[in-house]
Amino acid sequence: MQPAGHAGDPAQPGPGVHGTRTVRFVQQNNMELLATILVDGLIYAGWLFIVSVGLTLVFGVLNILNIAHGSLYAMGAYAAATVVGIYFAHGGDAFPMGSYVALIVAALLVALIVGPVLERWLLRYFYGRDEVLIVLVTYGVFLVLEDVMKLVWGVEPYFVSEPYSLLGNIEAGPLFYVGYDFAVIAAALVVGLVVWLVLNKTRTGKVVLAVIHDSEMSQSMGVDISRIYRWAFVAGVFLAALGGALTAPMLSVTPGLGVNVIIVAFAVVIIGGLGSVEGAAIGALMVGIARAASVHLLPEAELFIIYLVMAFVLFFRPEGLFVKDQARKI
Amino acid sequence: MNAHVSVAGLSLLALAVLVAGGWLLPDWAMFLVTMALAKGVVSLGIVVMMRGGLVSFGQGLYYCIGAYTAALVAGALGTTDIFLLVVLGVLISGALGALLGPLLATYRGIFFAMLSLSLSMILYGALSKLTVIGGTDGMNVAAATFLGFHPEGIVLQRSLYLFTAVLTVGVGALLRVHFDSQRGLLSLAIRDNELRVEYLGSSVRSVMAANYVIAAMLGGAGGAISALAIGHVDPEFSYWTTSGEFVFVAILAGYLSIPAVFVASIILELVRSFSNLYFPNTWQLSLGVFLLAVIFLLPEGIGSLVRRRRGAASRTELADER
Repeated sequence: MQPAGHAGDPAQPGPGVHGTRTVRFVQQNNMELLATILVDGLIYAGWLFIVSVGLTLVFGVLNILNIAHGSLYAMGAYAAATVVGIYFAHGGDAFPMGSYVALIVAALLVALIVGPVLERWLLRYFYGRDEVLIVLVTYGVFLVLEDVMKLVWGVEPYFVSEPYSLLGNIEAGPLFYVGYDFAVIAAALVVGLVVWLVLNKTRTGKVVLAVIHDSEMSQSMGVDISRIYRWAFVAGVFLAALGGALTAPMLSVTPGLGVNVIIVAFAVVIIGGLGSVEGAAIGALMVGIARAASVHLLPEAELFIIYLVMAFVLFFRPEGLFVKDQARKI
Repeated sequence: MNAHVSVAGLSLLALAVLVAGGWLLPDWAMFLVTMALAKGVVSLGIVVMMRGGLVSFGQGLYYCIGAYTAALVAGALGTTDIFLLVVLGVLISGALGALLGPLLATYRGIFFAMLSLSLSMILYGALSKLTVIGGTDGMNVAAATFLGFHPEGIVLQRSLYLFTAVLTVGVGALLRVHFDSQRGLLSLAIRDNELRVEYLGSSVRSVMAANYVIAAMLGGAGGAISALAIGHVDPEFSYWTTSGEFVFVAILAGYLSIPAVFVASIILELVRSFSNLYFPNTWQLSLGVFLLAVIFLLPEGIGSLVRRRRGAASRTELADER
């Protein structure tokens, strides 16, 4: 059980290469080492951002820190395995690129089925309650979902390797990267851009921002809060599942996939400031690069560098980097 | 004074029941209750903080420190005297707590929870990489001895159980007295409104830091006992899911009653081992449903059941608390 994901971690193209590579680079060229760290870090950051932006969105709107986010991520990965499997079983070989659409469809399915069920039947009873209690509620959901996934998909690993190899390899200096890894960075940019555009440039998005700012006031202005809550949660579930679906091709989908992701996503979101999309982007970059640096320079620290960064940031900014000032209430 | 008499009476009663259990309980239940009590002591630490409104999601840190202290000292000195190891576990955890407490005492809510969680995960990561002390496999710990007494088999089981029972009751009684003292009641006032407490001239930060240190020491005690009872320690002691269980028990019990913490801990261990036995593939599901049901039905925890009946006459919060 490795936090940060054994292979849920795109920063590691293959096992066992890092030790020798590091030594060679130190002898050869520090600039190349720096570039490697940067590229690995960016790939990891892209993955981190997709995984954690949904978490911060849900917290911003609903004030729920969702531990089950990791399970939804895992569910996205399983759904991707199923949907891509169905796609290739029904003549998808003729147009393999369509499997990328299948990945997105899988995430959508999870969001539209699981999202409303969780929000309507469970979470809405806890709106406005103590946030730590809600963390525990979602911890209960996490436990339940972990076993539900075992019941639905069994305990055997699934492989969705087709989309991973489709984009070929990319040569960057003396190193080879799998094209799919860069597709993850691109996906992160697209996700970030879409979330930003929707929030800032559409009417619905501005209403959501108003709810984040002050839900009571928005309600008194005639905003249908429960609708915003429902769709914001569904969007959060979609982003979690999308993270899982995009990760599925890079590893074997097995039970326990989500356990490690939760805490890593938490760290990113807390560093950036809860509820802040920009914060999640900065947090993902910091954690991604710190982790890549640690993998290449100080492998012993790899397992806990994320938490070290988080503790360090919270030490100076007790509520994360991007956080609104609030008046003390007596 | 009256309150102290009732604390003493209740403690003696609890002790009598637990000691009788040492001869009445079947073997498997004795180990289960030993572990439940040891973990209950850790959860009690979370309850101490919960009275001030803080919930730590990283109590596994001190549980793990206590356990590794016991394992490492046992390995280095060749003694597994439980009294020595528990005292050392408490002291080392307490020392770390005293170091971190003042820093963490200014954090609130989810930030406190996550910062404490990240500290426990740092320990987890470090221990997993330290192959000198077993890495992710951890280490074995030899059987416990009791001040020169070397029991084996069922006698060892019973001795461990009795030691844990006595320690649990002692800790519970001490904390009850502390909770009812002026300083202990300050935590509840902080929970209500910490700015008011500051304006009335008390230091919120020092109360929070003190609560944190108490919780750290309790975590160390629980960890040291667990290490000796299981006979093995590994980094999982500090993993976030372990801490999650401690929080689970604390929330299940609520912050009103101390015995409720141990009742909750025993319930959790029972639910876990029975669902493990009967639904080996879905025990997490049973646990999760159970947790959600408790939160729905008893939002103030098991402890509120007792208090509700007893406190009918006096409704104010402080009177309720006594």
